[in-house]
Amino acid sequence: MGAESSTPRPSRRPFGRAGATALRIAHFLGPWALILALWYGVRYSGFFEASLIPTPVQVASRLWEMLIGGDLAWDMYMSTQRVFLGVILGTACAVPVGFLLGWYKGLRSFMDPLINFFRALPPIALIPLVIVYFGIGESAKVIILFYAAFFASVIVMYEGISQISPLYIRVAQTLGASDSEIFRKVIIPLAVPHALTALRVALGVAWATLVAAELVAAQQGLGAVIQDASAYFQLDTIYMGIICIGFIALAMDVALRRLTRRALVWQERND
Amino acid sequence: MIEGAAMSQHNERIRFENVSKVFDTDNGSIQVAEDVSFGVGDGEFVSLVGPSGCGKTTMLNMVAGFMQPTTGSVLLDGNPIQGPGSERGMMFQDYGVFPWLSVEDNIAFGLRLRANRVSEARRKEIVDHFVELMGLTEFRRAYPKTLSGGMRQRLALARSYAVNPEFLLMDEPFGALDAQTRTAMQDLLLNVMGEVRKTVMLITHSVEEALYLSSRILVISARPSRIRRIIEVPFGFPRTAELRDSAAFADLRSEVRELVMQEYAAQESQARQKQTTGQA
Repeated sequence: MGAESSTPRPSRRPFGRAGATALRIAHFLGPWALILALWYGVRYSGFFEASLIPTPVQVASRLWEMLIGGDLAWDMYMSTQRVFLGVILGTACAVPVGFLLGWYKGLRSFMDPLINFFRALPPIALIPLVIVYFGIGESAKVIILFYAAFFASVIVMYEGISQISPLYIRVAQTLGASDSEIFRKVIIPLAVPHALTALRVALGVAWATLVAAELVAAQQGLGAVIQDASAYFQLDTIYMGIICIGFIALAMDVALRRLTRRALVWQERND
Repeated sequence: MIEGAAMSQHNERIRFENVSKVFDTDNGSIQVAEDVSFGVGDGEFVSLVGPSGCGKTTMLNMVAGFMQPTTGSVLLDGNPIQGPGSERGMMFQDYGVFPWLSVEDNIAFGLRLRANRVSEARRKEIVDHFVELMGLTEFRRAYPKTLSGGMRQRLALARSYAVNPEFLLMDEPFGALDAQTRTAMQDLLLNVMGEVRKTVMLITHSVEEALYLSSRILVISARPSRIRRIIEVPFGFPRTAELRDSAAFADLRSEVRELVMQEYAAQESQARQKQTTGQA
């Protein structure tokens, strides 16, 4: 014990400040390095014919080419806009509906089968009908994304609301709160975290549905880029399109998570 | 049973009049209170002690206005209680502090409601007073997530007191705290009560706590609950920690504890019987 204490205590940062920064960068890049390594591994493993798997470098140069010489930026914008519209409209409807379903148990048991029926339908299955009623314009794509976003987030919202502890309502009542005050000052703050979770779930589902929605004869958008590329068997473009969708979705999710953390500083978290 | 009417020597505020409460559940109905009658006088501190599930919380909830009796009536100043009101503050075992509000906003919550709105200056004054009284000065801008259990319960007490209720209904308020914090909270409560007296109903499992704080103890029997015994606590106020160590306190404590233990045992054998008949 005595011998140990006489030796200098190891610093908590063994490599100093610069080392800590390097460690953080490594932590951030690590997963991406891993996936790149896997990619090269599969490419040179011989399981698939080499021409069927473009290298990351090929895909990156394709990306550069299409950004500079093509309409890729515009396609990204169109897709992001559709997802954004679908998610905003979908959650804007899902939050009040989910709220009502979570709050009124009778309404919930009445509506539950319907909600689960529609939720179980893959949005892609509705595309033929959407074309019949809404044509192949911009609205058709937004409607499919709306559908996907709405049914994904309404469940999150109503499950969350139905779990609000009656304790806080009772406390507010004994302090003299009226029903409308309880709604404004207790229920709404307690609903915000669930609404934000609903938004996040909707965002994920909407990106997943995007390519399907853009199959509705889309001229622009990342889904259309992938679709066109598949017609000409341009594998590098297909890879690039998929990676773009992944990164934009990830960026949106990170942004939303930051926003959530800032809006909900009061929440107890385990991370 | 000792007749409650005999107790209403001074200005009675709360009155249980032949109150029974039956809950209908999937496994048949459960009677949690049977023909309960008692009164709580102005400024009295009454504790309800008895086994778990005997219906103490139900009785308190009826006073709070969250529940109505099946038969009989619960009266507040002679009128049946219709619903909750800010003159009856309540404290819960789970604190119930609002996690989305800072300490000072929690205390100010009631003061911002239409029912007890005060000027901004007055509100600040009240918040300052209770933040200090409850020893939460360094935490006034913190969220409850950073507070310990004892601090949360102090915050809940401050929030109740801020709207200056005439009654304080406490449902096992210190049940989740460790022994030391609990003792400190009891002393704090006595202090605060010394400053502004309230009419209190306290539910507790601790005979010691009931004796130390109350002017009267109702020992509630196993289900269906009746009042098994009413104990007048002979110690005057203000009380200090020395009281706990006195011989008179110890004697009364063992007497009451004996009585309460009998009811716990009765409740347990009831539950066991139910278990065996249920399996048959």
